[in-house]
Amino acid sequence: MRRAELLMAIALAIFSSYLMWESAELPIGWIPGEGPGGGAFPFWLSLGMLICCIWTIVRWFQRKTPESRSTEPYLDRQTAVLFGLVVGALTLMIGLIHFVGVYGAVPLFFIFYMRFLGRHSWPQTFALAFATPVVTFFFFEILLHITLPKGMTEPLFYPLYDIFM
Amino acid sequence: METIQLLLDGFGVALQPLNLALVIAGCAVGLFIGAMPGLGSVNGVAILLPVTFVVPPTSAVIFLGAIYYGAMYGGAVSSIMLGIPGASTAVATTFDGRPMALKGEADKALVTAAVASFAGGTISILLFTAFAPPLAEVALAFGSPEEFALMLLAFGTFIGLGSDDIPKTLFSIFIGLVLSAVGLDIISGEPRLIFGDIPGFFHGINFLVLAIGIYGIGEILWTIETSKGEVAVSEAKVTVRRILETLTELKKSVKTIIMGSFIGYFVGLLPAAGATPGSIMAYGVAKSTSKNPETYGKGNMDGVAAPEAANNAASTGSMLPMLTLGIPGSPTTAILLGGMVIWGLEPGPRLFVEQTEFVWGLIASLYAANLFALILNIAFIPAFIWVLKLPFTILAPIIFVLCVVGGYAPTQDMHDVWLMLIFGVVGYLMRKLDYPMAPAVLAIVLGPLAESSMRQSLLISQGSPMVFFERPIAGVIMVIAIMLFVLPLIKLVKNRLRGTAA
Repeated sequence: MRRAELLMAIALAIFSSYLMWESAELPIGWIPGEGPGGGAFPFWLSLGMLICCIWTIVRWFQRKTPESRSTEPYLDRQTAVLFGLVVGALTLMIGLIHFVGVYGAVPLFFIFYMRFLGRHSWPQTFALAFATPVVTFFFFEILLHITLPKGMTEPLFYPLYDIFM
Repeated sequence: METIQLLLDGFGVALQPLNLALVIAGCAVGLFIGAMPGLGSVNGVAILLPVTFVVPPTSAVIFLGAIYYGAMYGGAVSSIMLGIPGASTAVATTFDGRPMALKGEADKALVTAAVASFAGGTISILLFTAFAPPLAEVALAFGSPEEFALMLLAFGTFIGLGSDDIPKTLFSIFIGLVLSAVGLDIISGEPRLIFGDIPGFFHGINFLVLAIGIYGIGEILWTIETSKGEVAVSEAKVTVRRILETLTELKKSVKTIIMGSFIGYFVGLLPAAGATPGSIMAYGVAKSTSKNPETYGKGNMDGVAAPEAANNAASTGSMLPMLTLGIPGSPTTAILLGGMVIWGLEPGPRLFVEQTEFVWGLIASLYAANLFALILNIAFIPAFIWVLKLPFTILAPIIFVLCVVGGYAPTQDMHDVWLMLIFGVVGYLMRKLDYPMAPAVLAIVLGPLAESSMRQSLLISQGSPMVFFERPIAGVIMVIAIMLFVLPLIKLVKNRLRGTAA
């Protein structure tokens, strides 16, 4: 926990500085008769972020925050494994959407999550892996007219478009 | 008189078949979301907002308002049955609700919670109906300096009244505001903060991307971590006779319920406070004014009634500043406010004048939602208990998929889905280190309004910052806001002085 707090504060401080540098591309100063320039709002706020990070780091050294005194692990082993698996699966699913589309990635995600993380039975897993995309399709594509990304599976949907749209 | 006429017209809107159906559906969905451990109104509203694009704006807000309401009722269910708060707003309900369930009085606790929620809701809507129109009238005279001052006040409450770590709270406010500044500069039209010309940043960061990231993905990660262990669900058999018995017993809790409602309502008005502290305060006051405080924590009915009345009252309270001033009183109303912008309704005092149908339709729907939530809550207690037994490994992937699709829907850009994932994961990691997330969500919604009102004010005054202090209303609000920002500093100095004196 102790190390995590310091690392987070340093990472956020670096991010703040980067934001300051980015917003400085527009005028950050005071334009006479007009007020602050276009980059001023984000620039000074990023500076505020940076100051807050430094403040947190100072408090860390003074051991003033509860985290800086904590000896508990930031992520215990079990949580870390679970966190890694879930975030990994989520990342993979979003990545796969680019190639096989929502209707390819979502069932795969369900199969992984329910069967391998949840240890549910195959029939249960398949029922949800099938039902979720079907409901999603009818709700978002037919009712809301929001076309979800389909990647290479796009041609498979032409007949469905013909029927429902 | 005029108010009553407007309210009646509002009922005309709220009782249209579509809207009435949405009120009932919203209450039911809200009850289930509230009942699930970990998920509360803010998660339900954030995740389901994209789904409401299918209906007109008024109906959409009515639906989301009903979810907000239902979730406040539902939170009590898992507090009582599992001993785990269904939402942070129901934390205080566990103090006495769980002991009651362990004594075999789970049904009594559930009915008490439902009735107290109903009373709290009703009292607060009456207060709302009485206070909103005059406040909106005053607010009509507000110009951009007053608007900016109000926003500063909203952020000030997080610093002055919040209990979180101050540098971390400030950081959360700042990052929300900076993220809201991404995209095209509102006055000069130049692109800014586009991180090396990534095209996805040109249209700015939609507040929903942050809200769904934090309250959808981040929250589920959080719940996965906290709900690893097995939990025991209490049994509750609800019969009409037991309900009637409980109702007669509740007569002696009337004072507690009224007190809880008032505390909840007024605490709910403040952006930094809201339903969670409101319900804890109500519990505390009920205990300290009780004749036998030693029975609290051991299954006292008043200990369930007070926080439940307060959290429902607070949810209505937080809508008052949102509708009259355009300043949300809670993270949930912040998301509603952002939704209003997407639907093309301009938040602020003019809403009461220009969108009477919308405003009064929403208010009337709250009366209806309150009633339906009560009925559904008592009728479907067995269904909620079934939900509590549902394994999280079924719920989690469904919610994740809803987040991904919901994050994609508003802008239809995969870039936003990736951004949402990053916000969710980083938000979770930061939350573990006590960085509060609500200020950031409030800030990303208010950011564009805050910046444009500030810069407009300065354009009017030709660059003189005195414009915020010379106008009487803006000046007073600014002074209060600045006081809230320096309050912790004063406390610090005071403690130091006391430390050296002792």
